[in-house]
Amino acid sequence: MLRQILTDVLGLKPEQAKNFTNDTGLFGHLPELDSMAVAGLLTELEDRLDIIIDDDEVDGELLESFGALLAFAEAKQAG
Amino acid sequence: MKILDYACPLPSGGTARELALAFHQGRTSRVMVIPALFDEANRMRRFTVEVMRRLDIAGIDCFLPDLPGCNESLQDLAEITSVDWSDAMQAAAAQFGASHLLAIRGGGLVMPGGYPGWHYAPVKGASILRQMLRARLISSREAGREENQTQLLEVGLEDGLELGGYQLSAGMLRDLQSLVPTVSASFMIIDQEMIGSGPLWLRAEPGEDRTQADALAAVVAIGMNA
Repeated sequence: MLRQILTDVLGLKPEQAKNFTNDTGLFGHLPELDSMAVAGLLTELEDRLDIIIDDDEVDGELLESFGALLAFAEAKQAG
Repeated sequence: MKILDYACPLPSGGTARELALAFHQGRTSRVMVIPALFDEANRMRRFTVEVMRRLDIAGIDCFLPDLPGCNESLQDLAEITSVDWSDAMQAAAAQFGASHLLAIRGGGLVMPGGYPGWHYAPVKGASILRQMLRARLISSREAGREENQTQLLEVGLEDGLELGGYQLSAGMLRDLQSLVPTVSASFMIIDQEMIGSGPLWLRAEPGEDRTQADALAAVVAIGMNA
């Protein structure tokens, strides 16, 4: 799901996001991923996973890598 | 493709000339396209015009008016509310003799009544606002400034607020909090599943997708001939 959203946000080819590992850098690493794109990504994540992300939860660490965001989304969905 | 203009009513009375992109040959089928709002308008602009090109080829006149305060408009966005946008779209639809409307995303929030048509990928005003506020919080945090949504909104609802490079009036912020897409039997909702592939408004960089433009134009063209 997260791979799909990143594919949509970054305009990747369908198989490209498969290469993302937990260490793949996001915000600050991908020049096209600016604050507006990240905000879109988080809002889309909320819609598709039916979760609410508080502003306090959004920090540099959360957005730094694919792994961090994935762990966060999974924890949110479970909780 | 031509650039036309329309007489846009001003809040203070009188009118301003606002521009509209047009495929205009005096045909009877006439679709006015209401663009997506704010940052999404930029990301969807090329797609929107690609859809219009296809409608033109299908024998349909189409028009894409600027919202006052946006795109080529010389009006100050900081003075504009959503009512001004609705009034502008009403005036444009009348002047261009629209037979149908096609609203893209947030454009459906300022759609004039009384026309049949389509609304592609509707979105609530509150969602647009939330996303713009979130983008501002993320960039402030990145710059080492701590802000929060409640405080920003409180200030904004008094004095207006700059979000993502858009200077929004207090009235606009208030409107966005409550605007929801109009539901009407004469208006068909087109969701992303009908168009296929990933939504272009999510793209970090403006993109395009021929297949999606084909699909949206087909829905409209087939609907007009039905």
